[in-house]
Amino acid sequence: MAAPMLDGFMPGSEDELAAFIAHSAEAQTPVEVCGNGTKRAIGRPVQTAGKIGTGNLTGVTLYEPSELVIAARAGTPLSEVEALLDEHNQMLAFEPADMTPLTGKSDVAEPPTIGSVFATNTSGSRRVLRGAARDHLLGVRAVNGRGETIKWGGRVMKNVTGVDLARGLSGSWGTLAVMTEVTMKVLPKPEDTRTLMLFGLPDEAAIALCCAAMGTPYEVSAAIHIPASMAARLSNQELGGLGRAITALRLENFPESTQARAEKLEQQIGTFGEVYTIGNEPSLEFWRDVRELRFLTGSQFPLWRITTAPSRAVGMVNAIRAQLDCQAAYDWSGGLVWLELAPSRDADATDLRRIIADFEAHATLIRAPLAMRSAVEVFHPLPAANMTLSQKLKAAFDPAGILNPGRMYPEV
Amino acid sequence: MSGIQLPEPDTGVLDRRDALVAGLQRVSPNVVTDPIGLEVFEADALTAYRNVPLAVVLPTSTEEVSRVLRFCHENDLNVLPRGAGTSLSGGALPMKDTVVVGISKMNQVLDINLDDRVARVQTGITNLGISNAVSELGFFYAPDPSSQLACTLAGNIAMNSGGAHCLKYGVTTNNILGMTVVMMDGEIVEFGGDFLDPHGYDFLGLMTGSEGQFGIVTEATVRILPKAEGERPMLMGFNSAEDAGGCVAAIIGAGIVPVALEYMDRPAIKICEDFAGAGYPLDVEALLIVEVEGSEEEIADLFGRIREIAKDFNPTEMREAQSAEEAAAIWRGRKSAFGAMGRISDYMCMDGVIPLSTLPKALSEVSRICQHYGLGVANIFHAGDGNLHPLIMFNANDPDEKDRAERCGGDILEACVELGGCLTGEHGVGIEKRDLMTTQYNRTDLEQQIRVKTVFDPDWRLNRGKVFPLDMQPGNGSPHA
Repeated sequence: MAAPMLDGFMPGSEDELAAFIAHSAEAQTPVEVCGNGTKRAIGRPVQTAGKIGTGNLTGVTLYEPSELVIAARAGTPLSEVEALLDEHNQMLAFEPADMTPLTGKSDVAEPPTIGSVFATNTSGSRRVLRGAARDHLLGVRAVNGRGETIKWGGRVMKNVTGVDLARGLSGSWGTLAVMTEVTMKVLPKPEDTRTLMLFGLPDEAAIALCCAAMGTPYEVSAAIHIPASMAARLSNQELGGLGRAITALRLENFPESTQARAEKLEQQIGTFGEVYTIGNEPSLEFWRDVRELRFLTGSQFPLWRITTAPSRAVGMVNAIRAQLDCQAAYDWSGGLVWLELAPSRDADATDLRRIIADFEAHATLIRAPLAMRSAVEVFHPLPAANMTLSQKLKAAFDPAGILNPGRMYPEV
Repeated sequence: MSGIQLPEPDTGVLDRRDALVAGLQRVSPNVVTDPIGLEVFEADALTAYRNVPLAVVLPTSTEEVSRVLRFCHENDLNVLPRGAGTSLSGGALPMKDTVVVGISKMNQVLDINLDDRVARVQTGITNLGISNAVSELGFFYAPDPSSQLACTLAGNIAMNSGGAHCLKYGVTTNNILGMTVVMMDGEIVEFGGDFLDPHGYDFLGLMTGSEGQFGIVTEATVRILPKAEGERPMLMGFNSAEDAGGCVAAIIGAGIVPVALEYMDRPAIKICEDFAGAGYPLDVEALLIVEVEGSEEEIADLFGRIREIAKDFNPTEMREAQSAEEAAAIWRGRKSAFGAMGRISDYMCMDGVIPLSTLPKALSEVSRICQHYGLGVANIFHAGDGNLHPLIMFNANDPDEKDRAERCGGDILEACVELGGCLTGEHGVGIEKRDLMTTQYNRTDLEQQIRVKTVFDPDWRLNRGKVFPLDMQPGNGSPHA
């Protein structure tokens, strides 16, 4: 199905894309690079004469369930890839978070593409156990800013042949090259999911609990703490209606394992409070909500995504709270903080970054009006040496600087 | 062996050796000067190639590494970063005009944080040293190359090392959160930290597997993981590679990801059994070692599932380790494979990767190629990820056999690529596979990699002569530096 989005160029093949970029490079015409455009409201806005959408580069090109590998053209909807995997009881283990509810689906012509997942290195709650999107990328085909088709890796699980361009392109937001095909490692879907929940814990106790659970041998695959105000936004009205913070720990495996592990884990964390264990179906519903970031929707307040070490997370949030009006949810056992701030002219970017500097944290402004995202540094500022390297890396892929210029940083 | 061309040394540098060494001594108290000391560093584990380096420095701090590199940068000296020298691909082979910067004295654990599940270490620590430091606390460091007793984290990062357990836990790049890097001009740069997913470009990912060509990693923050409640292997024998390969695919297809899944062919079984007395069956064509983790009940459950799956593939033997001793015996055979092989013959250990579905064809190709060159071979590999390790037997004292073994290995790796795989899964390119790179990548692919290398090391001083075909490297007609 041809995607209708974007008033820009929608190549039907990698060759067409390469020719277009080569021409743009020669003419020094900057282009915005998108999949289906679902993440255009995140990051720095780009002002370019042209646009490229990969939404017509679709189709799964390889799937070997017994080898845990799948390949798809970059514009293939994520949902299509996941549906196919689901037929074979497999999944993308990094559980890519769905940002579309955050940014509003009304502007979205097509669903998120698999290419955009890797271009933005978008991972969900299972990242804390199973790794990030980039950790599952086995191979990539792309067109660089010269209009050259390049490839790295392939379809095998281990590969150390040459410079790891797949990692280089992961999370580069289309500023280095346009991905045309990605090959990924997949994992079996767990037969059973159980969730241990504790309610009403203060942040300090909740993160201590998450860290304690993650340190057990039971392979906790997600550990999240959602304050009562944000929990009220969950689809499950019973949970949302409790009016209490939710701390949730997920176990996934064969049913015999999850049952035994849940019992042992409960014994170990019982000192933190009364533990409620929910079974497979309600667990899947809860974690689907988490993956879709439902606890962050329904608000237009500025939203920051902050990464730090779990042991510093609560102190950091307390320091922010002392100066700014905010509410915070903690994923990744505290390593990922979603921070919603009261409205302000600049999303309090300067104050926030000054405060979190003491906690060695990185902050990205995820939700904010376009004008605000144009005016403040959306991605975390880099030290001078890292920025110099970033500029050189950009030039190594895109010497004319035509691909998504300024999407991440003004300098690249 | 002498089939691999090496860059010509800079005679101007060789002529200035005494002055250069004196200069190095002014910035470092840890310069090795005596000829015997230098010889220690003339080769890595690809011992067929040797060059006594110009000088060796063994710094004890990041600042000292910085001073040394700045001196080398200012004096146009080539530098070879070195960990423990266990590279099997010639990745740590010095050239005669090279200053070796060995990181082995920097081996301290700097910090352990169990709440964050990280350890910060100096990268001269051995791989096993990290696990040993956190073992009493119930944690371990997951990547486990066979050389983990000796190899350093610095070398693991350079080669993006894996091991038997990487099917479940990932390779080095999945387990590094931060690093301190000294660039060739002496600048000290930090990438990442002690938290997940730093912003900006993925310099951690680019550094990992860069084979010492981008900078010297002196400190790193690694993920540590809680140890499983228990783990135990089972052993299965099959009458054909097809049956063994089919069983592997069926186990994974049933949703089981064992923590390790190892394959040995008949010659490998015999060699290992003769050496280790592990109790391996000698009348089978293929042997699988499948290790699972969890509580005793979970292990029993998984063994039961695997037994049921395996029945469709006519196993001639299925044996579950019932005790720590039996488990150790099963692994002792596999882990002593390289030593056992060394007892009966010189050998070259290859490192190609294939899609698992091509396993029978790959093994028959390996066999055909070795027969063509008149050489024996035994196959050991990580069946979960298709990482083949054909051990090609030859007589190192026979120049003709050495030459045939080298060509035989090249043909095998090319066959891996033709089957949809790659040249190296864990050993790296080094000098060994440098000239085969064009079988996996075209020139455009390689030129992009070369441009990235140039970002980090504009003058191509770091680990020169490796990874990329010589005719694409600067000074050899390449426009990319």
